[in-house]
Amino acid sequence: MARIAGVDLPAGKRVEIGLTYIYGIGRNRAMKILVTAKVDEGIKVKDLSEDEVLRIQQVIQNEGMVEGDLRREVAMNIKRLIEIGSYRGMRHRRGLPVRGQRTHTNARGRKGPRRQAVAGKKQVVKK
Amino acid sequence: MSRSIRKGPFVDEHLAKKIDGITSADDRRVIKTWSRRSTVTPLMVGITIAVHNGHKFVPVFITENMVGHKLGEFAPTRTFRGHSGRREKGV
Repeated sequence: MARIAGVDLPAGKRVEIGLTYIYGIGRNRAMKILVTAKVDEGIKVKDLSEDEVLRIQQVIQNEGMVEGDLRREVAMNIKRLIEIGSYRGMRHRRGLPVRGQRTHTNARGRKGPRRQAVAGKKQVVKK
Repeated sequence: MSRSIRKGPFVDEHLAKKIDGITSADDRRVIKTWSRRSTVTPLMVGITIAVHNGHKFVPVFITENMVGHKLGEFAPTRTFRGHSGRREKGV
């Protein structure tokens, strides 16, 4: 089992895909990493040699942020927007789309599941 | 696409002139402006700028973190009072 950047990679998948289980690495970055580390993208994660794992780890370390560090940076950026009282910060605070998308319909990803309106619900009078 | 660096940050001429006038240390005057499209530059840090939101001037105290944003971002143009029959949610 290969452990890279604090994440267990799925043993049965090709490294190319396995690396994308790390936060901050997608298909594109996974490929670039493998090219720099000179590891064939086709082999399964479980077939990686110790040395290959080491090389991948090294490349990831040298070429930028992943996982915790990256998450922290993103959170800091959002916190900054909120603190300076900008429009984007306000949208973050309200949990609404930040980049000018419509909210009349859609925007479900930001707003979460639909809330049913209970319009004009009348009090049931008990006798 | 972001603006070319060669051009530098955009600040309306009339606003830039007023900023230059005030940089003389702790000048406590508030600059009124309609120029929401102007970028916040390092020169403006520490100054209070009243930015028009279409209705009135919203005083904005410029801090270092705001550099690079547009003035309009700090003066919301819409007032959302909530929908009827929905209880106030946190914020």
